[in-house]
Amino acid sequence: MTTISFAYTVAAGRLARVRQWRRVVVALMLLVLAGFALTLMLGQSFTPPDEVLRVLAGKDVPGASFTVGQLRLPRAVMAVLVGMCFGMGGVAFQIMLRNPLASPDIIGVSSGASAAAVFCVVVLSMDGAAVAGISVVAGLAVALIVYGLSFRNGVAGTRLILVGIGVAAMIDSFIAFVLSRAPSWDLQEALRWITGSVNGVKLDQALPVLVALAVFGGLLLSRTRDLEALRMGDDTAAALGVRVGTTRIVVMLASVGMIAVATAATGPVMFVAFLSGPIAARILGPKGSLLIPSALVGAVLVLGGDYIGQFVLPHRYPVGVVTGALGAPYLLYLIIRVNRAGGSL
Amino acid sequence: MSTATNPVGTRPTSGRVQLFRTGGLALLGVTLLGLCFLSVAVGTRSVAWSDIWAALSGQTETIAQAAVAVRIPRTIFAALVGAALGLSGTIMQGVTRNPLADPGILGVNTGAALAVVIGLAWFGMTMAHTFVWTAILGAGVTAVFVYTIGSLGRGGATPLKLALAGAATSVAFSCFTIAVILPRNDIAGGFRSWQIGGVGGATFDGIRLVLPFLLAGFVISLLSARKLNSLALGDDLAAGLGENVALARGMAALGAILLCGAATAACGPIGFVGLMVPHLCRLLVGVDHRWLLPYAAFSGAGLLILADVVGRIIARPSELAVGIVTAFIGAPFFIWIVRRQRVREL
Repeated sequence: MTTISFAYTVAAGRLARVRQWRRVVVALMLLVLAGFALTLMLGQSFTPPDEVLRVLAGKDVPGASFTVGQLRLPRAVMAVLVGMCFGMGGVAFQIMLRNPLASPDIIGVSSGASAAAVFCVVVLSMDGAAVAGISVVAGLAVALIVYGLSFRNGVAGTRLILVGIGVAAMIDSFIAFVLSRAPSWDLQEALRWITGSVNGVKLDQALPVLVALAVFGGLLLSRTRDLEALRMGDDTAAALGVRVGTTRIVVMLASVGMIAVATAATGPVMFVAFLSGPIAARILGPKGSLLIPSALVGAVLVLGGDYIGQFVLPHRYPVGVVTGALGAPYLLYLIIRVNRAGGSL
Repeated sequence: MSTATNPVGTRPTSGRVQLFRTGGLALLGVTLLGLCFLSVAVGTRSVAWSDIWAALSGQTETIAQAAVAVRIPRTIFAALVGAALGLSGTIMQGVTRNPLADPGILGVNTGAALAVVIGLAWFGMTMAHTFVWTAILGAGVTAVFVYTIGSLGRGGATPLKLALAGAATSVAFSCFTIAVILPRNDIAGGFRSWQIGGVGGATFDGIRLVLPFLLAGFVISLLSARKLNSLALGDDLAAGLGENVALARGMAALGAILLCGAATAACGPIGFVGLMVPHLCRLLVGVDHRWLLPYAAFSGAGLLILADVVGRIIARPSELAVGIVTAFIGAPFFIWIVRRQRVREL
């Protein structure tokens, strides 16, 4: 009798959690959609929704076809896609290493991908999928180097983060070096590789990002259960039947992959990978997987940051400057909060 | 009883150790002179010996002689800035009792950079000496800010907390810096070369400008050596020995901030010199700051000159900014230090 009622309680609790998770995800999706629509409609001039819809349907609307179809649509699509890549890849790293600070943009993975991309674009004049491929390889290499260098009787979170900061400093100075040798110096273009920017993207650049999101995102989602178990610690996860080593490799491959491809397209949009996971966790509470909510939060951050950078501030700024300026205080807050609680970072 | 008669750190050292340390310092000085000569002789353009001697005696008739003549202020400048960075790193590590402290890692350099850019953009600063003041102010505010955030909560300022607070502050300040210069194309170009960190554009006029600040910094730093020795024992013990802990800390920090602010104003943020030098010097002379500080000044100067020469050689026919060279030497060093520490201490 009691067992049955207990089972009912568990089932009811689970159902409530699933419902809550769904509500949050639907709300975030609506937010992304609203941001997307806003980006398409608002700019230097306002385009009414019916004209936007006609452009999207492929009709030729004088004026709107160019502003919406050529300028705003690629921008909005790219913002959503890279935001999702950064958000999902970042939170996967944070869960896997059980530390919000172990996000790819703090431990140098994003810098590595960016350095490879900037080298290919500026020095070798390459473009397209080849740049994305090389970025993925470079991002993976940096992840492995950081992981390997912080290995001493196992990997401690603090050591990994500090080693990552050191590696990132080195890579950043390499990026500065390549940019300083670039034949034509354009600050806006340079900022893409330092802070990230969706200025002047084309629709066909979004294709590799979409493919990466589908493939690597699918791979991550297929490991949702294992990742959830990893949150409780390696030993517990292993006891629950998770192959910890394999899961780590798959998760690292997938999240570095998607982050590197996104970085090759827009540069490392500052702190989106770092911020999305904690924000999603705040909204959601300890209910269900963070992967999809965090991806949506990432999309909202990039869309919103780009809109602020374009139209709210007195000058036009790339999205990375906005997210970086927003994210750094949050990082400081995180350090202070953890300090107050007396926990170890 | 002996501690009462002997102030902290003046443990009587045997004559041989004293001799050894003096000899080491002299050796460092000779090496530094050798490096200075190397820096004047070797560069992007290969020049003949006769031209070097001619240029050293003041002639600038041929291109080769003119090239060497440009290298002279550059070498002096690199030596001064290197000594400043080495000293300031040593003091920061002493004051914070933290092996990872460094003007670059703590974000103090970016604070100085931000202050300079704000001054340029909004306060119409054109006078070069206000430049130095602003940088020092920015460095000071940032140092206090980062240290406060890093030391909140239990456990005080652990290396990890300080490094993270520094990294976060660096990112925020770089974003603000970019936000300030982006709409202003006129200062963006100059900022670009300044931000990478280089000593290439040194002139005697430029040196004269920062020299008073650097000298003040050198004097204050060297005077605070004994106080740093007391602080190394821990705040309680230092206070028990009659040291005014807050005063000692403030004085040493003032010297460090003067030095790194002036160095940053002069040649942009150069990272990792202040991190490497103290560790190397501690290997040589141990932890007595009365010896450590002069050693740090000499080896910082030598290191920066060496990095500058390397930057000129490996990227011929162009040259590599010294800030990039130090980052490439320094980051592996940083990782080595991190690996050496036990996790508990991080």
